[in-house]
Amino acid sequence: MAPPTTPTLAPPDAPPPSTDLADAEPDTGRKRGLTGYLLLLPAAVWLALFFVVPFYSLAATSLYDPSGSDFRGYEMTYAFGNYVDAVQEYWTPLLRALAYGAAATLICLVLGYVLAYAIAFRAGRWKNLMLVLVIAPFFTSFLLRTLSWKLILADDGYVVDTLQFLHLLGDDGRLLATPVAVVAGLAYNFLPFMVLPLYASIDKIDPRLIEASSDLYAHPAVGFLKVTWPLSLPGVVSGTLLTFIPAAGDYINAQLLGSPNQRVIGSVIQSQFTDAGDYPSAAALSMVLMVLIVALVLVYVRRAGTEELL
Amino acid sequence: MSQVAEGAGPASAPGVVPGADPGGARGAAYDGLRLRSVTKRFATFTAVDDLDLDVPAGSFFALLGPSGCGKTTTLRMVAGLETPTSGSITLGEQDITWAKPYRRPVNTVFQSYALFPHLDIFENVAFGLRRRKRKDVKEKVAEMLDLVELGSQARKKPAQLSGGQQQRVALARALINEPEVLLLDEPLGALDLKLRRGMQIELKRIQTEVGLTFVHVTHDQEEAMTMADTVAVMNAGVIEQMGAPAELYENPRSTFVANFLGQSNLVAGTVLSRSADLTTVDMHGIQVSVPTARTHTDGDAGWVGIRPEKVLIGDEGAELDAPGNTIPGGVVTDVSFVGVSTQYLVRMPWGQELQVFAQNTGRQRLFTTGERVELSWRPEYAFLLDAAQDASAGAQRDGA
Repeated sequence: MAPPTTPTLAPPDAPPPSTDLADAEPDTGRKRGLTGYLLLLPAAVWLALFFVVPFYSLAATSLYDPSGSDFRGYEMTYAFGNYVDAVQEYWTPLLRALAYGAAATLICLVLGYVLAYAIAFRAGRWKNLMLVLVIAPFFTSFLLRTLSWKLILADDGYVVDTLQFLHLLGDDGRLLATPVAVVAGLAYNFLPFMVLPLYASIDKIDPRLIEASSDLYAHPAVGFLKVTWPLSLPGVVSGTLLTFIPAAGDYINAQLLGSPNQRVIGSVIQSQFTDAGDYPSAAALSMVLMVLIVALVLVYVRRAGTEELL
Repeated sequence: MSQVAEGAGPASAPGVVPGADPGGARGAAYDGLRLRSVTKRFATFTAVDDLDLDVPAGSFFALLGPSGCGKTTTLRMVAGLETPTSGSITLGEQDITWAKPYRRPVNTVFQSYALFPHLDIFENVAFGLRRRKRKDVKEKVAEMLDLVELGSQARKKPAQLSGGQQQRVALARALINEPEVLLLDEPLGALDLKLRRGMQIELKRIQTEVGLTFVHVTHDQEEAMTMADTVAVMNAGVIEQMGAPAELYENPRSTFVANFLGQSNLVAGTVLSRSADLTTVDMHGIQVSVPTARTHTDGDAGWVGIRPEKVLIGDEGAELDAPGNTIPGGVVTDVSFVGVSTQYLVRMPWGQELQVFAQNTGRQRLFTTGERVELSWRPEYAFLLDAAQDASAGAQRDGA
């Protein structure tokens, strides 16, 4: 057999290249380091101004004395009770938001995977056109697109008519103002966030690997499970995160397509801030939502075995 | 490339009977791989054209040809990754023409290895066994990894291995399934020269050891000749000639084979007479003879072919020990001293330059540029090819 690879020409214990080079290196290294920091500066300033400061302000607000108000001003009392009160009162819309987000993400994953797979492997010269079509809805406003779903799912719309005709929906059954409408709206609005990372991942898969699995006695379905799916996991993970995080925080779909029964935590936070003017409670809820989502994401990424993505 | 294909394509049809029963294995007992009238047409061109092929069980068979000649398409049809437009493929008694790739007792070593990047070496090799729900996976994989000397690398990912190691993993992954036919698609193409020579010997050793049928696709004539028992030279979708490496080299039937396997001097000539064992040809006023068994044309004209190392070079009027064909009046135009041999270019009276390889035995002095010399060769080494064929067909290594 050929010697165990790397028949290197240089002996393994060869001395390090040239001392001249070694001397010159620290100098260039220092210079490069400084340039690196300078390049980081704009982003660092941006993050400080628009993330660190507001985050600190939000965290502080959540601990203000709840009896304060916009007019009289707030007092910092480290009122951790704000959190207990907020969660006790609003745990249903909180869980509902997470459940709607999860359902929409699952639907997006199934639809998006099929679509991304088709674009990557079957679209041929239509690839770019199809990708443009995936993003095309973004050219209209998010609100407008959600409002148009109101028409599609309206009580006298053709979707409801058809479902009633098929007796899948009772005569006075409706879609609007139900969880179905909210989840459908979320899935529709966030589908591109799922498709694009999935496509990027699937498109990178060498089709010869699928041929190889077939050559090695794997039925196409088994080949998918053992080769295509694991190789597309980075796309699955980033796609589900990009879908779930905004979908769980979204309240436009619930407000426009749902009823007060479908109220999600985003709505609560919004009305606490703008209508009730209860800043500490709104801030506490925002923090809870954020922590919950981060925790879920961490658990999920760990389970998916793709920590190296983060 | 396209010029080569055009030149040799039409001309090769009459002279050569593709796949003319090389092993003599006919009848029901045949247990090898057999292709009959296999044609594969893509939208705009025919990749494989009415191909007949017999690969006897247990042989090391090479499909040799330039890129685009249809050899890889042929291999993929045997693997089931392409379906033939027409024709049949059988393996022993079994017709596998339409069988799904995962139902064929055939495995492939892919050109770029196609190792599963997310699985470690052990799982890559175990893949086929696991799909077939074999019980003794652990022992068999360990055994196979030892055979290819990668036992210590079992838990590494393919990306952590060198090209040569990946190649051996690909081989192990296919071999472990004990396929009836192992297909190798340019398996050594990505390796550097030194490693490639080592792997050639290694592959041959493994083939002898396991006794499986190997079908090896390559464009490297040296690789094909050193490894295979039988070589089929393929060009433009058809087999030009098939046989043992020495037979192909010594007695090529077409200009394509004469040029693609090694090098040949081809000189235009007209046939003067034919007898049972000798054909006499007029070559620019000089009479030479070619054994009738090595005459591959029925026409009045032909290419007289002679390998450069079969040509003897000597001083004008020197009594060379080759009785028969002597051509005087040459002038040395180029001398390349290689060490083991000297390669001369000699301009003949009719203007053509012939190649002469003189082995450096020490018995003969070196000639220098401008010297007048005489060339000769034994008639039994010459061959006569169809004049309609392109004399430069297949000569891509020197020419284009």
